[in-house]
Amino acid sequence: MSTRLSNGGRLVNKAKPVEFQFNGKRMKGYEGDTLASALLANDQMLVGRSFKYHRPRGIVASGGEEPNALVNLGQGGKFEPNQRVTTTELFDGLYATSQNHWPSLEFDVGAINTHFARFLPAGFYYKMFMFPRPFWKHVYEPFIRQSAGLGKAPKERDSDTYEHFYHFTDVLVIGGGIAGLAAALEAAQSGLKVTIFEQTHHWGGRAVVDGAEIDGKPADDWVKDTVQTLEGMENVTIRARTMGAGVYDHGYVLGYERLTDHCPDQDGPRHRLWRIRATQIITATGAIERPLSFAGNDIPGVMLAAALRDYVVNWGVSIGDRTVVVTNNDDAYRTAIALVDAGLSVPAIIDARTDGAGPLADAARAKGIRVEMGKGIAKVKGGKRVEGVAICLQAGEGAVIEEIKCDAVAMSGGWSPVVHLWSHCGGKLIWDEAQAMFRPDPSRAPTGDKGQPFVAAAGTANGNLRTAAVLEDAVAQAKAAVKAAGGKPKAGKAPAGSDAEEGAISPVWLMPQGAPIQLRMKSWLDFQNDVKVSDVQLAAREGFESVEHAKRYTTLGMATDQGKLSNINGLAILSDALDQAIPQTGTTTFRPPYTPISMGAIGGEARDELFQPIRKTPMHGWHEANGADFEPVGHWRRPYAFVRSGESVHDAVMREVKNTRRNLGLLDASTLGKLIVKGPDAGKFLDMMYTNMMSTLKPGKCRYGLMCNENGFLIDDGVVARIDEDTFLCHTTTGGAERIHAWMEDWLQCEWWDWKVYVTNATEQFAQVAVVGPNARKVLEKLGGMDVSKESIAFMEWKDGQIGGFNARVYRISFSGELSYEIAVPASQGRAFWDALLAAGEEFGVMPYGTECLHIMRAEKGFIMIGDETDGTVIPQDLNMEWAISKKKEDYLGKRAQERSYMASPDRWKLVGLETLDGSVIPDGAYAPAPGDNANGQRNVQGRVTSTYFSPTLGRGIAMGLVHKGPDRMGDVIEFTKGDGTFVKAKIVDQVFYDKDGEKQNV
Amino acid sequence: MLILECPCCGVKSEETEFHAGGEAHLKRFGPGSTDAEFEGYLFMRENKRGVHFERWRHVNGCGKWFLAARDTNTLEFFGFYPAQTHEPPQDIKDKISAKHPGWSWREFQ
Ligand SMILES: [Zn+2]
Repeated sequence: MSTRLSNGGRLVNKAKPVEFQFNGKRMKGYEGDTLASALLANDQMLVGRSFKYHRPRGIVASGGEEPNALVNLGQGGKFEPNQRVTTTELFDGLYATSQNHWPSLEFDVGAINTHFARFLPAGFYYKMFMFPRPFWKHVYEPFIRQSAGLGKAPKERDSDTYEHFYHFTDVLVIGGGIAGLAAALEAAQSGLKVTIFEQTHHWGGRAVVDGAEIDGKPADDWVKDTVQTLEGMENVTIRARTMGAGVYDHGYVLGYERLTDHCPDQDGPRHRLWRIRATQIITATGAIERPLSFAGNDIPGVMLAAALRDYVVNWGVSIGDRTVVVTNNDDAYRTAIALVDAGLSVPAIIDARTDGAGPLADAARAKGIRVEMGKGIAKVKGGKRVEGVAICLQAGEGAVIEEIKCDAVAMSGGWSPVVHLWSHCGGKLIWDEAQAMFRPDPSRAPTGDKGQPFVAAAGTANGNLRTAAVLEDAVAQAKAAVKAAGGKPKAGKAPAGSDAEEGAISPVWLMPQGAPIQLRMKSWLDFQNDVKVSDVQLAAREGFESVEHAKRYTTLGMATDQGKLSNINGLAILSDALDQAIPQTGTTTFRPPYTPISMGAIGGEARDELFQPIRKTPMHGWHEANGADFEPVGHWRRPYAFVRSGESVHDAVMREVKNTRRNLGLLDASTLGKLIVKGPDAGKFLDMMYTNMMSTLKPGKCRYGLMCNENGFLIDDGVVARIDEDTFLCHTTTGGAERIHAWMEDWLQCEWWDWKVYVTNATEQFAQVAVVGPNARKVLEKLGGMDVSKESIAFMEWKDGQIGGFNARVYRISFSGELSYEIAVPASQGRAFWDALLAAGEEFGVMPYGTECLHIMRAEKGFIMIGDETDGTVIPQDLNMEWAISKKKEDYLGKRAQERSYMASPDRWKLVGLETLDGSVIPDGAYAPAPGDNANGQRNVQGRVTSTYFSPTLGRGIAMGLVHKGPDRMGDVIEFTKGDGTFVKAKIVDQVFYDKDGEKQNV
Repeated sequence: MLILECPCCGVKSEETEFHAGGEAHLKRFGPGSTDAEFEGYLFMRENKRGVHFERWRHVNGCGKWFLAARDTNTLEFFGFYPAQTHEPPQDIKDKISAKHPGWSWREFQ
């Protein structure tokens, strides 16, 4: 069993007991524990189930590389799934439950999958789910839904807060082991701005666990001194509990600081995302120990050798009473020695090498530990817990020589430098044959905006496994980084490190070397996703030779741990199966983040009202106070309708339409884009921008214009007013002002840069009100000021003057078909003007109306709306708008495209009006089927609805739509789908439903 | 996230301050052009892995469009220059030649 030792545990404070719950069971730990060490201290080895076979899974590592031990953490608004117990610091009241099992962790029905393992091989998902089709719905999908995903998605809103933090630094050191600390100190002594991150809450990395010495003192003491020195330096930013999550283009780095995960009751943000620009980056990220691939290596109790050591030394927790160590290198001997020193039993060290072990082996033997050279593990015995191992010759095929009883296995297949951050932005790797590892290739570092290298790996992350070399490398990298960042490195030497000599590693990718299929099917590579040696070999046989293909086919390394333990072992197996060298196979791509970071941290403060800025017109406050049902239009909020008490939204819309047609309506049109285009070449420029001729427009007049892109498709429309010889005011759609402004700037700056034109966006300078309806003139006359008679200002004219004492620009334009004035006043006067219109309009039956009323009235008149009648594939000709296309102009944007054969084809769908025979409203977007099928076996179609409303004016449904040869088919009846399998019949009619001759607007 | 330097206002800043505008040095073909010319203008792009010329706008800054020479493989910028030109300036072409002898891009080399 695993238990707390009476002695040891350099990180735990036994004076401070802590209580927590796992699966409803109350347990005790200490301050300084991780959830992993505390669970193990309570003999809770079994923590979850694997993804595919639901195999029992125990803790296998002691840090961020942990693939198995993921739990649901917290409750309610603090619930979060997939939290690694090895990186979760224990706190009083912690509440955790295990994942991916049903009905219970101890007894799991899905575990039956393991008996069908031979039916769930590599590529299972691809092979099984191709056919037959009905199986998808009834068998596969329910199965996948049941088994997909480890944790459960949170149900409640996250109750924590998060923040982003912007940071600039000359040298950024990632990793707080001795390499990182030595590099940071060296860089800091140059006076440059230095930042150092450590992902855990304790400094020193492996050296302090393994008992290295630095400058003649224990590494622990040197680490404490160095951290203290760095904390005292003004040019140094030093943060524990902060992970370097990703390295991006040109020295951009994301840091992930966990502020209150270990003390959730404390105020303040939970996580902080550091958004950093670093001139130079040093990745001192250490290395991760590799598992060995032998049968049963996934049984709870089999653990990485260094992790066992960590639990004993850091947290005073033993994994078992009798631990068999299995290794191919000297480092694992440290675990055997540490266990024996802690009073635990190590029945044997199984060393796959035939010879070559160094002084650590002698030290182990001197402590009476049995060392078996040239041996391997044939098989681990046990189910939910290790019960023993069968040993064999490493060079053989697994014939059992002897069985040894034990309750833990410490395995070490060697060390892989953590090259993730180096690789994120393009750093390349080399295969180091002697050390059996990929390490950074210093000649192919990630490069910055000037082509300069901006990342250097240091220490163990750079392939140095011995303390002295680690420190020398760290200081050398720091000096180089200081120089590259424009500083002057201080003269001086690296601290002197010393540790035990080590013999050479001998790579072991499969144990035993000639393991038959029965053993390979039980030799796990990826513990979380259940990928075994046999799966990778099968993938290779089936032709998945690229490592990226093999990865996706087998799902190796695709779990939440992203293959930190499995990738190198997997690609070694793949290389062997393909009979090629490991570097030839190469690695899969390393992608950020290094370990998962919270969605909350990514979002930061961008929640609720801070999510995005909302644009409000000067009259917004009145709308809010008067029942406005708002809808988003771009970043604007516009009233959809003004709902009165006792009314539904639909009722309100109907009332607004009727009242505007009969009496008087007011529309807040301030959101309409207003671009001022000015200069001697303004007319010539607008002739290019619009399909119409704008240069011939007389000052004082307005013209409705269409804009197309170079593909010929409509992108915007609006009324253009010529202010004077040099100046035009172009109205755009509400969402279009910024886009069209940018569009004009693009052409002026990049194509016709010699044309003398300026464009400015004056949208927010004006409040604009549409005064609409038969009583429109009366209310303006009552307010007094300029002459608004037909004689003074005719339809499609504009005029400056005063209305009711307000400086106003009045446009006689109409989007409703009624007598209509659109009146612009300075934005600061908008609300006062609106109030004045409401007061004066009372006797004329004034009512404000919203965007839905606007839409219905324009549809009744057959006016198009960009985004309804257009969808990025519609040209003006499709909308029968040849009248808005100048025949006289040689060129305008989109003209050439509209000459292409497909655009000029008589077979295009064109705009028509649609009248249902039964008066009902056709569903929006409905299609009209046509006889026969197309080449893909799909039903042919002959048209679709683009706008559809209930018209209170006509008392029936009206619609517009694009129909194949529509205008030639007036009076034809076609059917539209209703979405429920039934159809509605509609007659093709003229698109203008109301006041066809325009008598109402032209009075 | 790239760092760019606007040649119009001189500000060096994060990519988020800019807006990418696709390939540079396109020649516009309008009415009267052949189908092939128009197709080339509208659709055909170099899309190079390596030396590339592209349009950027300092949209959250001075608002000016400018052009950049960039290695799309290493993300190195060789230089930035105003949009009001039909070809890359000689000093930028020289800088590219120093790193990529014999490079070519459309009619430029
Ligand atoms: Zn600028």
